[in-house]
Parts: sequence; C-alpha cells; structure tokens
Amino acid sequence: MGTIGRAFVDALELLFSFDPGLMEVVARTLQVTIGALVIALVLGVPVGAAIGLTRSLPGRALLVPVIYTGMGLPPVVVGLFTYLLLSNQGPLGALGWLFTPAGMIVAQTIIALPLVVGLTMAAVEGIDPALPLQMRALGAKRGQVAVTTLLEARAGVTAAVVAAYGSIISEVGAVMLVGGNIEGETRVLTTAIVLETRKGNFALALALGIVLLGLAFLTNLVFHRLQLRQGGP
Amino acid sequence: MKRLLLLALVLALITPACSGASDEPKTLRLATTTSTYDSGLLDAILPDFEEQQSATVDVVAVGTGQAIALGEAGDADVILVHARSREDAFVEEGHGTARYDVMYNDFVIVGPADDPAGVAGMALASDALTAIAAAEAPFASRGDDSGTHTKELSLWASAGIEPDFDAPWYDSLGQGMGETLTYANETGSYTMTDRGTFLAQMANLPNLGILVGGASIAENADPALLNPYGVIPVNPEKGGIDAELAVAFVEWLTSVETQAAIEAYGVEEYGQPLFYPDSQAWRDR
Repeated sequence: MGTIGRAFVDALELLFSFDPGLMEVVARTLQVTIGALVIALVLGVPVGAAIGLTRSLPGRALLVPVIYTGMGLPPVVVGLFTYLLLSNQGPLGALGWLFTPAGMIVAQTIIALPLVVGLTMAAVEGIDPALPLQMRALGAKRGQVAVTTLLEARAGVTAAVVAAYGSIISEVGAVMLVGGNIEGETRVLTTAIVLETRKGNFALALALGIVLLGLAFLTNLVFHRLQLRQGGP
Repeated sequence: MKRLLLLALVLALITPACSGASDEPKTLRLATTTSTYDSGLLDAILPDFEEQQSATVDVVAVGTGQAIALGEAGDADVILVHARSREDAFVEEGHGTARYDVMYNDFVIVGPADDPAGVAGMALASDALTAIAAAEAPFASRGDDSGTHTKELSLWASAGIEPDFDAPWYDSLGQGMGETLTYANETGSYTMTDRGTFLAQMANLPNLGILVGGASIAENADPALLNPYGVIPVNPEKGGIDAELAVAFVEWLTSVETQAAIEAYGVEEYGQPLFYPDSQAWRDR
C-alpha cells in the first residue's frame, strides 16, 4: 500500500486511538483558530456591514482595494509582523505573548479580519439598496438597518465565516513563527505536519493532514446547520 | 439562550489559550537548532531538569541563524547551537554571558549508491567535495545560514573551491536538514549532514548511504568534520530573561550525570551514541 493509502489507515487509527498527544494538539488547534475567528467576526462583521452600507464613505475608493489586498495577506508575513510586535524588543513585548497560544490568536485574527470585513462588505453591497432606504423611511435606527441587512445577506456572511475559518485553520507560517511549535504549549496540527514532514515521516504527516481536513469538515457542518436553522439555503 | 450557551462555550475554549504563560510556575525558553531537536535528545534528557527545577522548558527549534536571532532579541533565555564562530561573536557582542562546551558529534557526506563522483571511502571531506565539483555531481546544500551550512561553506573554502551557487549541479535549498536529506534521497544528490539526523531518518532515506566519515565517529578520519555544540545563557540586561533558571540549566547540562545521559542516548537504537559529551566537568571527571 503506498504512502497515501497508509496515511488514510494511519489517520483512522490515530483518531480512534484517542492518543493524548494528538488530542492535545487538536484541542489547541481549535482553541487558537476558533478564538481568532470569534474575535475577527466580532470586530469585522460590524465594520464590513458599515462600509457596505455607507456608499458615500470618504476615501472608500481607496479603502475597498486595501481590504481586498488584506484578503490576500501571506500568513508567513503576518506571522513575521506579529513576531516583531510581540518580541522582547518589540512594542508589545511586555505582554509576554510570544511563543504562547495568545500570540497565535493575535496573528490568526490579523489574517482573518480582512476576509471577514471584505466578504461581509460584499455580501451587504449585494442587497438591494431599496431595503435600507425603506427601513430608514419607516423610522429604523442605523443599528436596526445594519442587523436586518446582515440577516438578508446571511448567505454571504456565512461564506465570510467559512472562508475566514478555512484560511486560518490551514495556515502554518504565522503560527510557526509566533508560536514556535513548542511541544505541549503551541504545537497545532499544521506545525506538527511540518515537523513530521521535515523528519521524513510522510505517512504520519499526511494522516495528520487528513485529521485536519476532518476537523474542518465537522466545523463547517456545524456552520451550515446553523445557517439552515436561520432559514438559509 | 442557545446563542448565549454557544458564546460561553467559545469563551471557555479561548480563555485557557489567552492565559499564555502567566500561570506556569517557571519556564525556561531554550532556542536550539532543528537538527538538535529532531535527534530526540532533548525529549529524552529534559524531563530530568524539569523535575529538578519544577520548571517547564519551552524548546523552540529553528535554524541556527534564527536561534541566534532569538537570543539577540531576548526572546530566549538560553541558546544551544553548533556554530562556533557565531557563538563566539554572540558572546563578544554582549548578547550572551559566556559560552560553555556541551557535546559534539560529527558530519558525514552521504550520497547515492552509484557514487558518480567516486568519493566513497575518502578520508577527507575536502577531497570528496573537490571530486564532486570536478564531476559536477548533484549536491544539495542547506543554504540557510545554519551551523551545518556554515560548516559546509568552510569545507568548500578549505578545498580551495568557490562553488558556483548558480551552477545546475549545486542546489541551495534554504531548508532544514530533514528536508535536505529527503531532497537528496529523491534526486540522487550528495549532501553533507550531521550523523545524528541521518541515523534518525535512515529508514526514510533508502537511496542514501554514508560515503565519507565512516560508520561511527570513532572511524571518522577528518577532524574538519567535527561538530561541537555550545550552550550560552542570554545576557539578562535584555530584560525579561530568567537568568537564574538559565544558569541552572547550563550547570545541569554540563554536569557529569547529564553528560552520561547524553552519551547513552541512541546507543540502544542505533548501536552508537548520537552525541559525545564534552563539557568541562566531564573532561575533568
């Protein structure tokens, strides 16, 4: 059986062995990624909605391309930037977040934020402008307009959540630089895969990759269930 | 209500992550090289230190250049690397307090069984590199400013060769030892590697064999292939350094007991030690 075939078998064995080392890495992966996702959503969805709704925003013509560029930020560059911020010599060194999951959450939040802002903005822009006008005419406050519009655009907002989640659970450059892949402290699935690949243990590395994909799939299943509950497609 | 529960669950998940290192008793940040870490030595001996000191050792394994940079920035409390000239510079420039001998192993030249450059059995690495350059046989280099890469460049220099880094036969990968060995295995290239990493990964490298350097350090006839390791506590003046724990680490690492553990590591699995103890205390015992 080739490496790939063995990897699938290894992945299943790994999962059902409930190996404590693996469980710890999986738990930390979820902690860091979902933590960053939540922060990015809390910060990014209101900002994206606001930009999407405010066609007359000054500087919009420059702001939108900047957001689109942010959506393509290379994670390793974000990692390097975050490392320099959190380093002993850096401005935020006193926080002591370098080589901790907190630092990794910061880096992944930076990666996810432009995606959430940009895709929410696009989703909101796709709503017929007559709707917010009509709501304002009926006396709705800005906040109410924003929330209702977001609900109308929920397919697009869900896409924002899913895209942001997919981008950060699979990234390795940022968490490697900021976290340091420390066993028992900051190792996550992607950095573990890099380590095993570096050691030539391809079947194990691939098995970990399959575990990662399974994890992503399960979470996306949850996202989609939530979307269906809201009455989405 | 369900949304509140969901939010609470998420907060519960991320809160432990955000506490960072604040609730750890004592933590020593050790920056070392990937080859040292990948050998598995640290996993074997560190628990003894952690128990003695009731501390945790956070090992960050990166390339030598990055490990030294971490020390310079004060993002590590102590560094363990193998690049003598750079270690001396590190101390001279005031980044570290002092350099201490720890252990050594050796480098070997590995390559494909068909050995197009005919280097098998040569005593000196510089002779082998001369032959490889003359034959323009494929050679894979770390290319990453690591201790290993630094050694490789010095060997080319001692052979009086300035390899044309753009030449098709010389591949500068910019990657770690494991990746470089994998590449050499796939492409039938020669490469220089530390013996420990090669032994540890031999099972995954069916197309490579040791051609220069002998079957063990005892049989390595080339003193230029010796690979000494040094440990350096980072200068506490950088701030945020646990100097006391760093000093305790150095004392523990160079102690006769730990040195004996280093000598024993790997013997059962590989039939030979991966590292030879060489601290001052060990030499004086």
